[in-house]
Amino acid sequence: MAREDSMSAVLNPAIGKTPMRAIDGAAPVTPRTGTAPAAAPPAASAAAPAPRPAAVPASVLAERRARAARVVAPLAGFAVFVLVWQMIAHGNSAIPGPAKVWDAALAIFGDPFYRKGPNDQGIGWNVLASLGRVGIGFGLAAAIGIPLGFMIGRFRFLDHMSGPIISLLRPVSPLAWLPIGLLVFKAANPAAIWTIFICSVWPMIINTAAGVRQIPQDYMNVAKVLNLSEWKVFTKILFPAVLPFVLTGVRLSIGVAWLVIVAAEMLTGGVGIGFWVWDEWNNLNVAHIIIAIFTIGIVGLALEVGMVALARRFEYA
Amino acid sequence: MVPISQPPKPAPVKDPARYLSVQGAGMVFDTRNGAFCALRDIDLDVARGEFVSLIGHSGCGKSTLLNLVAGLARPTSGALLCAEREIAGPGPDRAVVFQNHSLLPWMTCFDNVHLAVERVFGGSEPKARLKARTHDALALVGLAHAEHKRPGEISGGMKQRVGIARALAMQPNMLLLDEPFGALDALTRATLQDELMRIVAATGSTVLMVTHDVDEAVLLSDRIVMMTNGPAATIGEILPVPLPRPRDRLALSHDPVFIDCRSAVLEFLYQKQKKTAA
Repeated sequence: MAREDSMSAVLNPAIGKTPMRAIDGAAPVTPRTGTAPAAAPPAASAAAPAPRPAAVPASVLAERRARAARVVAPLAGFAVFVLVWQMIAHGNSAIPGPAKVWDAALAIFGDPFYRKGPNDQGIGWNVLASLGRVGIGFGLAAAIGIPLGFMIGRFRFLDHMSGPIISLLRPVSPLAWLPIGLLVFKAANPAAIWTIFICSVWPMIINTAAGVRQIPQDYMNVAKVLNLSEWKVFTKILFPAVLPFVLTGVRLSIGVAWLVIVAAEMLTGGVGIGFWVWDEWNNLNVAHIIIAIFTIGIVGLALEVGMVALARRFEYA
Repeated sequence: MVPISQPPKPAPVKDPARYLSVQGAGMVFDTRNGAFCALRDIDLDVARGEFVSLIGHSGCGKSTLLNLVAGLARPTSGALLCAEREIAGPGPDRAVVFQNHSLLPWMTCFDNVHLAVERVFGGSEPKARLKARTHDALALVGLAHAEHKRPGEISGGMKQRVGIARALAMQPNMLLLDEPFGALDALTRATLQDELMRIVAATGSTVLMVTHDVDEAVLLSDRIVMMTNGPAATIGEILPVPLPRPRDRLALSHDPVFIDCRSAVLEFLYQKQKKTAA
């Protein structure tokens, strides 16, 4: 895992770091601050003159403390977050407080799949519409990016040929691609999908190519000594060896795709969580915007966690 | 049961004393700092069924020479012949046991060996027989119980044994061992050396082994090829080891012939080819 993360961070600093910190960083960092008060009493009693309660080994105590901290620390984080939010809402009447948003969320999530016309549908439909676009755009990107990455990694000429173009196009903002999509496809939906595609294809190309380039020479020597056919080399050695890198690329791409879709939908309209945010802004319904922000965050988190779990299944050590 | 102990199968060679023949081989690498001559003027004949060790200080090109025989690299001068045919590339007739086992971590031990068996015998034998061969090769190195484990789940010594099983299962004409026990602890190394002696005695394999362990070289070899220090390394001396087989490591430790051979190698390495810059 560590290797892949550093990998991805190197290849794609802007995208790689933010989501990973948010998930992985929370667990190891916070316990230390969170434990301090909770840890004090048991430590004190263990050191006290009465020796019998010390029957519980120190390691078990430490583990319990760590486990408690893992639960307490995130809760404390949320509490601070809600408190700050409440204070901001108190000082600025335009921003609804947590209680108000909670009530609105209950109403929205109470009926997520209603349809009252093309521009007024439940949040469930909006999320599904966005996920659908991400799925198609991302799927196309995977179908093209992964094989392309394999070729770029395998053939140095292709690598040198494509390198400058990829470096040039990769940092371009997703929204800059949208007009091209609109121009070519003359419709909002394919343009949004196009934007997803063009933004999520790069991490997959780059990571797959890096994976192919980094295949240990030992594995290729095995292939040479056995005189394996090209097909066997691909299925038995190349593909399994590169798979962890491919999955890193896929994970980064899904993150990018989900970031991009909200922006794209704001501009193209239709059904979708991004458009919904824009719609609610036009309605000046700030509570719904905050709900949308949380929803986008939770869905993005779920995609990320799902991909990490998938990647973990293909780790060999 | 598949008779794994059958002797190598190729057509009879006219001159079995020159089964492997290295003739004036040299190797020059193109590096960033210009040409680097790793090997020069290597002349070596290995007889059918002979066990030959290459020993020398690190950087003396012994692994390069093994790679030339394996066909993983081509010499920049001279020629290498195996069974009177020029070595044009790697092939399953010259199986290599790599220093770091080089098992594919996503496959079980069985599948790692089976990949090699399938490549060599897949065209001519039914599937059940391929499986039997794989199973027998693993049993030969004492790993029948660990067939379905992945390399990550077994110890270093076991991994190296799977590497040996993979090489043996191909029934190669030559077995090329690149410091096969270098990464193992002394006890495991001794066990595997004994196993290797037993297996080589049973299969009659021709073996070329790179090592930097003097005791290992004397214990296992019929001849020890001692290399001069690089760059431009070549063969310094060739020492025959006239010890009868089977050899027993405990009895040998007091055997005057063993002790003489050992001293000769040590003398070569630490007096004649003393490393100036360690």
